[in-house]
Amino acid sequence: MIRIENLVKAFGAKRAVDGVSFTVGRGEVVGFLGPNGSGKSTTMRMITGYYAPSSGRVSVGGHDVVEAPLEAKRLIGYLPENAAAYPDMTVRGFLEFAAAMRGLAGAAKRKAVARAVERCFLDSVLHQSIDTLSKGYRHRTCLAQALIHDPEVLVLDEPTDGLDPNQKHEIRNLIRELGKSKAVVFSTHILEEVDAACTRAIIIDRGRIVAQGTPDELGRPLDEVFRRITLPDTVKQ
Amino acid sequence: MRHVWVIAKRELGSYFSSPVAYVFLVIFLLLTGFFTFTAGQFFERGEASLAAFFGWHPWLYLVLVPAAGMRLWAEERRAGTIELLLTMPIEPWQAILGKFLASWIFLAAALALTFPVAVTANVLGSPDNGMIAAGYLGSLFLAGAYLAVTCMTSAMTRNQVVAFILSVVACLFLILAGFNPVTDLLVRWASPAFVDTVAAFSVVTHFDGFQKGVIDTRDLFFFLSVIGFSLFATSVILRNR
Repeated sequence: MIRIENLVKAFGAKRAVDGVSFTVGRGEVVGFLGPNGSGKSTTMRMITGYYAPSSGRVSVGGHDVVEAPLEAKRLIGYLPENAAAYPDMTVRGFLEFAAAMRGLAGAAKRKAVARAVERCFLDSVLHQSIDTLSKGYRHRTCLAQALIHDPEVLVLDEPTDGLDPNQKHEIRNLIRELGKSKAVVFSTHILEEVDAACTRAIIIDRGRIVAQGTPDELGRPLDEVFRRITLPDTVKQ
Repeated sequence: MRHVWVIAKRELGSYFSSPVAYVFLVIFLLLTGFFTFTAGQFFERGEASLAAFFGWHPWLYLVLVPAAGMRLWAEERRAGTIELLLTMPIEPWQAILGKFLASWIFLAAALALTFPVAVTANVLGSPDNGMIAAGYLGSLFLAGAYLAVTCMTSAMTRNQVVAFILSVVACLFLILAGFNPVTDLLVRWASPAFVDTVAAFSVVTHFDGFQKGVIDTRDLFFFLSVIGFSLFATSVILRNR
């Protein structure tokens, strides 16, 4: 579903993403791992069409993100970093807006909103405005927005960041569940999530892929593997 | 067009779900009232026209329109929701137009609420209502031109204050280019043709006709091209974010 070839994104002289290639098929949950500033978010922003790649290709469901952005974007559900959402809207209003933007109307829109609300356990805050929500609920609201059109591809940028352990557990279960029928990429810097939710992990450091494979293939214990291949910042400089 | 309307509706909703809309409307109406009746000497003029009302609009809008429009893109950038908006399956121009229209509709509503001024003139005398209608139309386009400039400056930054100041300066230029004290100064050392060219960029020059009740296609074209150009510039700025 997602095919990335030799993707490069340069900001001035700095190459945030430097020749990344991988594919994600239906039924796969790929964990995108790496230290802060390693190029995870930048890669995801290129998959979703927010950033244009400096070179290389991204295609989603066979549609090139640069050449046929609308077709590609229709297939993607995206949870941006920090779960951005319009603070002055209610949860319901926000989800209805997202559904309308995805071309849903009338009964289809109502059904889509109801399904997303149920999936993300948002019933109790439906009429609350987003700026009054706790971080966990705000994350789930934004996740519900990503799921609203039942997309085939999910791109989730740190979906569990800032959540409490129970909420993390819930989201991981949800991701695993969704991964059975969709292609899912999610980024994280929490290693236990790889074991908990992924079928495959990709470790990225300084814009390059340094390791990939199933959690078992990468070796155990994971955190030692991770430390060995992504040296701490102080050593790099 | 459906997406444009979905975005416009959301944007209008966010005006009214925060105090912005109410504060703006109250201040706008208070200021128009003050400028028209006190500073503009509406009654002392002894003529049944809205010259005292429309004459102030280029100056009044100079501060108020950037205040109404500064959040359009700056706020999206600050909150990160721009990432959400621009990864939806829409063309960027749909988002730009939707946001612009929402604010323009809001400004039109504020302008419509000044109807008591027109009523007053009609009660006290028999003004030329065609002229008043033309004045309102011109005022609406004037607001649209300022607003489009504000859209552009708002897209440049995540800081609303910066967006506000940049757009006040840009709009001030649009006024001063044709403001009599400035053109009088220019005439002293530049050729009249040059002064006329500069003045042709001024909203004041083009707004004058409307105030006199003349709807000239050239004036309409001027305002529409300022709007078109600014919104196009907005799309270029957003593409190079």
